[in-house]
Amino acid sequence: MSRALGLKVEQLRVVYDGFVAVAATSFEVAPGESFGIVGESGSGKSTVMRAICGLAPRSGGRVALTAGAEAKTALPEPGSKAFRQRVQMVFQDPYGSLHPRQTVDRILAEPLAIHGFTDAETRIERALDEVGMKSGFRFRYPHQLSGGQRQRIAIARALILEPQILLLDEPTSALDASVQAEVLNLLEDLRRRRGVSFVMVSHDLAVVTHLCERLMVMQRGNTVEFLASADLSAHRALEPYTQSLMRASSGFRRGQGTTPVPTELA
Amino acid sequence: MSSNAADTLLVVDDLRVAFPNRDGGWFEAVRGVSFTLGRERLGIVGESGSGKSQTGRAIVGLTAPEGRVSARRLAFKGTDLLNCSPKERRALRGGRIAMVLQDPKFSLNPVMRIGKQIEETLRAHTRTSSGEAKKRALAALESVRIDDPERVYRLYPHEVSGGMGQRAMIAMMLIAEPDLLIADEPTSALDVTVQLQVLAILDRLVSERGMGLILVSHDLRLVSSFCDRILVMYAGRVVEELSAGGLAHAQHPFTRGLMACLPQLGASTHPLATLDRRPEWAL
Repeated sequence: MSRALGLKVEQLRVVYDGFVAVAATSFEVAPGESFGIVGESGSGKSTVMRAICGLAPRSGGRVALTAGAEAKTALPEPGSKAFRQRVQMVFQDPYGSLHPRQTVDRILAEPLAIHGFTDAETRIERALDEVGMKSGFRFRYPHQLSGGQRQRIAIARALILEPQILLLDEPTSALDASVQAEVLNLLEDLRRRRGVSFVMVSHDLAVVTHLCERLMVMQRGNTVEFLASADLSAHRALEPYTQSLMRASSGFRRGQGTTPVPTELA
Repeated sequence: MSSNAADTLLVVDDLRVAFPNRDGGWFEAVRGVSFTLGRERLGIVGESGSGKSQTGRAIVGLTAPEGRVSARRLAFKGTDLLNCSPKERRALRGGRIAMVLQDPKFSLNPVMRIGKQIEETLRAHTRTSSGEAKKRALAALESVRIDDPERVYRLYPHEVSGGMGQRAMIAMMLIAEPDLLIADEPTSALDVTVQLQVLAILDRLVSERGMGLILVSHDLRLVSSFCDRILVMYAGRVVEELSAGGLAHAQHPFTRGLMACLPQLGASTHPLATLDRRPEWAL
């Protein structure tokens, strides 16, 4: 697919009432690439995503779509309807991100209506099929679905507009390990088939390195380090913060030496 | 930490928890769980819907009112939990058996200062003057490694971070000095580094105070690195018991399948293995 788009974020800054949530973050996602953002809560990783798609106010910096070498036609500006059609987001918690009183059918029809697609019927059928849901699910309500099924619907809702960039905000952290594996496989498969670029936020290093080729580590609104996933897997992180995250993700260790207890009390 | 037979805190024999379903029948969420607990760290691991939380809730006596709890024996330090009076049960709950819930954002009272919430536990179980209660609340906050107890004492839950809120909840549970603490996903809502801090606090309390701890979690890796013993639950039953660090020798296909579908740092497996659920596991 030649229409793959990339993303360029320059000096992105998000400030809420004087609190700097994101301070001058820059990164680039090549067309078709999968890029991960890792950090703890409050690091600004989700805010970066929300600022890209216009859910958080941008107080500075630039967000732009990029195409490959060919086709230098004007790409849609952030905030425009055309931009939103190309950049879609999947949220963390499928228990909170689907309208509880709308059927799957209506949830999927809404973005189509907004963007003026006329072939809703076939698109809904296809979107459900793509995320591995039988059409029997089409007239169910979210509460009749399991967590994994809900997240599939959330992914279908994002994919139904045929976006070229998918923003994934902790897409599997609310799911069981076995369901997480299914959703991760689904995402990989979709990326291979449709050539979509991913930007994925997660606190789970193993999940990010599984799905992404390159990643960025954030802490308190600042970029700590850029890494290739292979480097992270091979424990070649340079920054002490990244190393401490890696240690923490390997599980609990008895004895104070390895457990990061608050320094003032250690 | 060793547990000998004389030191048995809790006996659970053939515990069953059932809820009415729509067509007038009963759905059994927990189907015959048995274990004994000494002064040790026991992990209960399973997926959502496996009955792990309902097991913990039944022990504390927090099963939803429409649920039906039965067991051949459910005893805490010789007290029969199923046949004792509600008054006795209430005295045990929060006093001798305490429970830490998953998300501090939803399980703390949003309109009550943290200090007052901690004192509330104490008031419910002992006669304490308000001066004494405050002193003990501050000490409890200090014991969960909160730097400035005086400040946190005055804060409302929305003013603290998740890790701080969870520590406050642990402080609240510990102030009555329970013998048994049931922690239901105590760290799932927290960051990895904070997770380890909270676990280190629980770990210290178990070894220093000789408390029994049941850690309910979906995170097999985390639990196996923390607990002395692990029960793996599937569809309301214990399918496997593992000793600490015995994860690699797990026998049951469910446990092994669960391990296999976790992405691992340094090992690239594309696509990930998915769990092939066998109907016979749920028999």
